[in-house]
Amino acid sequence: MGKYAIRRILQTIPALLLVSIALFLTIHLIPGDPATLMAGPNASEAELAAITRQFGLDRPLWSQYLTWLRNAVTGDLGYSFINKYPVNKLIAQRVPATLELALAAAIVTVVISFPLGILAALRPGSLIDLIATLLSALSFAVPGFWLALMMILLFSLKLQWLPPSGRPDLLEEPAAHFKSLIMPALTLGLGLAATLARFLRSAMLEVLDQDYVRTARAKGLRERAVIARHVLRNALIPVVTVLGLHTGDLLSGAIIVESVFAWPGVGRLTVQAIGWRDYSLLQADVLYIVLAFMVINLLTDLTYAVIDPRIHYQ
Amino acid sequence: MSQSATRLGKQTDKRPDTGESLGKLALRAMLRHRSGMVGLIITVALVVVALLAPLLAPYDALQMHPQDRFQPPSRAYPLGTDEFGRDVLSRVLIGSRISLSVGLISIAVATLLGVVIGLVAGYEGGWFDTVSMRLFDALLAFPAILLAIVIVAIVGPGTVSVLLAVAIVNIPLFARLMRANVMGERGKDYVLAERALGAKPARIVFRGILPNAAATLLVQITVAIASAVLLESALSFLGLGTAPPAPSWGSMLSIGRGYLRQAPWYGIFPGIAITMLVMGLYLLGDGLRDALDPRRQKLV
Repeated sequence: MGKYAIRRILQTIPALLLVSIALFLTIHLIPGDPATLMAGPNASEAELAAITRQFGLDRPLWSQYLTWLRNAVTGDLGYSFINKYPVNKLIAQRVPATLELALAAAIVTVVISFPLGILAALRPGSLIDLIATLLSALSFAVPGFWLALMMILLFSLKLQWLPPSGRPDLLEEPAAHFKSLIMPALTLGLGLAATLARFLRSAMLEVLDQDYVRTARAKGLRERAVIARHVLRNALIPVVTVLGLHTGDLLSGAIIVESVFAWPGVGRLTVQAIGWRDYSLLQADVLYIVLAFMVINLLTDLTYAVIDPRIHYQ
Repeated sequence: MSQSATRLGKQTDKRPDTGESLGKLALRAMLRHRSGMVGLIITVALVVVALLAPLLAPYDALQMHPQDRFQPPSRAYPLGTDEFGRDVLSRVLIGSRISLSVGLISIAVATLLGVVIGLVAGYEGGWFDTVSMRLFDALLAFPAILLAIVIVAIVGPGTVSVLLAVAIVNIPLFARLMRANVMGERGKDYVLAERALGAKPARIVFRGILPNAAATLLVQITVAIASAVLLESALSFLGLGTAPPAPSWGSMLSIGRGYLRQAPWYGIFPGIAITMLVMGLYLLGDGLRDALDPRRQKLV
């Protein structure tokens, strides 16, 4: 396991290096001179020259990359082109909102998918099974941003139950804060819930067919105990993997959902950075999201190895 | 014999030998697959609508009727009008052309490049395999929407950038699929036999291995087009895709979002159109997966 973990971590390094090269080149691939991008279109010749000197933009590209990489490894990703704040500070301000949204969405996912998946598996072909199947097809087909708009239309504009956007301060207006969290969390969590319910259903159906379940029933164990102790425990193995793999979807879904609900998280910052043409902010923001995505995938793989001792990695 | 044919052989051993070809069996399974057929009908209907859109649209999609701004659905405007008095139905109909063409073209490019890279990487191995797969690892490290956003940020917003972004996002998926297929087939008897007979690698790969992977590829293409339609609409919704006044479904929703209170229909109908198209393709893909996989045919 230890060896596998080390090998798996080492495997991510080449991908991470390539990602860093791609993101470093972003600023150089965008039409226009990087110095002008940094200084703004109205900068004087002297200002441009000063920026070129300061950031070493006259040096060869590989040398600039190595400097950028060295700084990045130490956590220094530079300054925003627009307001000149350290990008780390701007991103750090947005992280709590995204984490809060992702956590709330994960709770929505588990609360909906588990009962739905279990009931659908226990009564295949029933109404609840049909609902689970329909929901899973819909969750793929309905775009998240449209679901968000329809929720705003119903819960904010028609019923006036929930605010259409924003995130009031938790300490100053706790009730308003939680109200503002409901629709973004539902939008983000519903899609994943349907996917997870479908996986749980098929995993449970497979386990229900196993000999040890028949044995458990034959020895007179109550159905509830059979389901809880034998079926659910074994069915959870693939489900945990699917949950882990789709946690990345929460991150990408957050980009859209945060934009629709004006939720001040990292995802919205990504879209805002493009609108502001703040490429150093975009670069850092994307780097952090990709890092989080890779770490989640890595943890999923390692968790899988821990919870299922039958798996041997070559 | 191919892998799928071998599997089919095992499967049909238990059934009376009807002597039917793999294609016929798959077609019959598809025709019996209820949700798959629903998907096929929806998809074909929407493709026909897209082809005939200029004839079906009651108005010019760009024509403004300033006196009819924000008209609710009526006999004159079945799906209402937008902020310039343009007919929403006509715009939704013409919009289907943008969604479908972005989906089809980008996935055609991704399939072509992905398949060729995957076949070569899987068959030849060596440095090409290592380099291409590490490159795809890096691309797959990005969530799809984020990668598309970065590409559009570099190239600049617009339909062509979206096409490029959607294609690049999908190339690694096709390449990995083909590579896995080739690696599975490489050691099979029919490949060894062709090699022993002196067939060139290109012939073995394109005429021997590729047809055996066609079923998996077809399913992947269908699902990828559905994802491409969603990605295009998401990028247009974020203001990075097809720019107004072109009637892309995503950009219509992006603008309609600002008028949800006075013109809810503006934000409803383009969303229904996206959902229908994606749902049709999704169900079709699901049906094809079941119909083309001999192990699943008995479930249909």
